[in-house]
Amino acid sequence: MQKGLEDQLGLYQKRIPIFTRSVKGPFRRFKTSVLVLAFAIYFLLPWLPWSRLDAPAQAVLFDLPGRRFLIFGLTVYPQDVIWLALLLFIAAILLFFVTGLVGRAFCGYFCFQTLWTDFFIWIEHKVQGERPARVRLYRQPWNGEKLIKVGGTHAVWLLTSFWTAMSFVAYFAYAPQLVVDFFTGQAAAAAYITVGVLTLSTYAAAGLMREQICTYVCPYGRFQSVMYEAETLAVHYDARRGEAAHGRAVARAGQRTLAERHEKGLGDCVDCGLCVQVCPVGIDIRDGLQYKCISCGLCIDACNTIMDSFNFPRGLIRYDSEKNLAAATPAKPKVQWKSLKTIGYGVALILMSAYLVYSIGTRGSFDRVVNQIRQPLYVVLSNGDIRNRYQVRITNKAGQDQTYLISARGIPAGALDLGNFSEITVKPGHSGLVQASVRLSPAQAAQTRQFELIITPQGKPAEARSEAVRFDSPARHP
Amino acid sequence: MSEQKHQSQTVHTTGHAWDGDLQEYNNPLPAWWVYTFYATVIFAIVYWTIYPSWPFGKGWIGGMSNITYVNSAGETKTHSWNTRALLLADLNQAAAAQKPYFDKVAAMSYEQIAKDPDMNGFILSAGKALFADNCAPCHQAGGQGKVGFFPNLTDDDWLYGGAFDKIHETLMDGRRGHMPAFNEVLAGEQIDQLANYVAKQSGIGHDAAKAAAGDALFHSETAACYYCHGADAKGRKDIGAPNLTDNIWLWADVPAAEGSEGKVAAIRGVIGNGLNKGVMPAWAGRLSPEQIKVLTVYVHELGGGQ
Repeated sequence: MQKGLEDQLGLYQKRIPIFTRSVKGPFRRFKTSVLVLAFAIYFLLPWLPWSRLDAPAQAVLFDLPGRRFLIFGLTVYPQDVIWLALLLFIAAILLFFVTGLVGRAFCGYFCFQTLWTDFFIWIEHKVQGERPARVRLYRQPWNGEKLIKVGGTHAVWLLTSFWTAMSFVAYFAYAPQLVVDFFTGQAAAAAYITVGVLTLSTYAAAGLMREQICTYVCPYGRFQSVMYEAETLAVHYDARRGEAAHGRAVARAGQRTLAERHEKGLGDCVDCGLCVQVCPVGIDIRDGLQYKCISCGLCIDACNTIMDSFNFPRGLIRYDSEKNLAAATPAKPKVQWKSLKTIGYGVALILMSAYLVYSIGTRGSFDRVVNQIRQPLYVVLSNGDIRNRYQVRITNKAGQDQTYLISARGIPAGALDLGNFSEITVKPGHSGLVQASVRLSPAQAAQTRQFELIITPQGKPAEARSEAVRFDSPARHP
Repeated sequence: MSEQKHQSQTVHTTGHAWDGDLQEYNNPLPAWWVYTFYATVIFAIVYWTIYPSWPFGKGWIGGMSNITYVNSAGETKTHSWNTRALLLADLNQAAAAQKPYFDKVAAMSYEQIAKDPDMNGFILSAGKALFADNCAPCHQAGGQGKVGFFPNLTDDDWLYGGAFDKIHETLMDGRRGHMPAFNEVLAGEQIDQLANYVAKQSGIGHDAAKAAAGDALFHSETAACYYCHGADAKGRKDIGAPNLTDNIWLWADVPAAEGSEGKVAAIRGVIGNGLNKGVMPAWAGRLSPEQIKVLTVYVHELGGGQ
């Protein structure tokens, strides 16, 4: 039933159903903990209240129409897109860093495809029973029992998918209101479309396609394999110990104890097949490291259970490196971090994380952009003076209305002309435009290459920010 | 593997035979392909019912999705779906979104508009778009004009005055700048003297003797320059005669000319040949009163106004 797909040639391979057996062990416990934690955050976070003066009381709210992202006490505006870039960079580097050390840890324990598939398998297990029951159900012809159990499974899957989609949408609108609106037909069309698409895609990806997503669709799984080194820890079957001289063999009378098996030249693997039965991607880890292995560690749990029951030492399947397995005297497996690549990624990770924290920690209460007007770069006035014009855009990132004052440094007093607006009041989250012009005599203009515009929030001189701007004159542009 | 071999050795044919032994392999399309094809057929039928599709008689079958819009003549029209109708409907929407601002523009005075921060933002964006559509072909995108052709709107010199009502007048009724060609009435020597006098007024290198002669000529009835440019050569805004004593040049490309002789020659050219190309079209009737009001404030802000 669970043969590796390589054995099946042909372009249009039908999916071979996988019925995973449940297993107990530290890896299963870890996976379950991650699952519970991730689901708790994902499903409950939109419902966390957070009092705000000027926005809905929702701790995490991506307010797209308002062009702002409310994340607890932080309001992120589109201008802060650098943070997103940093976050993505950090995520990528973290992936490279971890993969080089312990293989596809992200795939096995944290990827949402893995988490949702795991949860869907758990539902299947609860409704249809353990693996043998599910295999029997699959093989038996359609009848009332099969209809109810299979139908029930799919119904619960769809419900889970639906609530997954609802929770996603809840991040983009005030959740309590959105749910009421959704069921009374009042929500925005985008909400219905998103929920529809996500319900179907979650159902298809976690219920129907499962490991095929990892094998055929996901690019990350594929490119992570290039990050493996000989020292990288990965889920490995110790073939030397498992196969010995005459291969694996089932434990029947006369070859049940280690002593008996070693005498006959048999390996420690009792060929129970449990490692294959628990595998969510349907591979046999004993065939060696494979691109389909998501490194979830369930076969380690399964094998250790069997080893314990036979009183064999644990670790026939374990986290180990290719190099260590090939060594004449394998040492205790440990994380090998002392390579230029790993340290380089680590340093990049620390630098970028520090920069992100610094950038968020020191961000001002407003954003400013000063553009010199380039058409024309300068104007010669009737008395020969040179005038440059600038457009100042101030974006208020604070929580309340704020008045800003604009002044200049590096040019004579009175050279800066702000027209009708010597100060400008901007609403929170909005931008205000001011046209500034600077007029210098030809002699001054010839000496002035640049000066500073200073924008000061009224009453908060400490938050003043300056912006260096160019001054162009015919002397520099003959 | 054994099953695979079996498959590749069995020859599936359509069962037909020609010339005794000529057979046709039966290679059915993959199921997913066939079902995708059926899905596209169904999609096409749904599409026909919604959007225009088939030619029919002299017209076509319009489909069920109609677009209603108001055209430029103010008539409400309903048309079967097409991109032009879609654009017009979108333009209706955009106009509706702008209407509150244009209503405000109509209700407020120029000074009020210029001093209101909200309206200032609107003037800067809407004015920029209107300027780009209507004015930029001559005055250039930033209003900087082009020496020898179109006035610079960003400097502090206003041929006809830079107050709101003067700019409004210029926009509504247009302007026509004219200067006679003095080659026909004056000797070359005299034009040279005038050119030197004008150069002197702007502090450009010149021949002092010629300039003195030019001064006399300027104020004489022979050349009669002062009729338009004024006895002090500072121009007359009521007829748009430019100030000859400042550093701003519209017709003679003095800033680009090399050396003082070149600059004088440029001035000489304008005096000798005159000009009648200073035409600004009238915009009343082409643009709505609110649009002209927006442009008035926008142009006023470009050069700082008066």
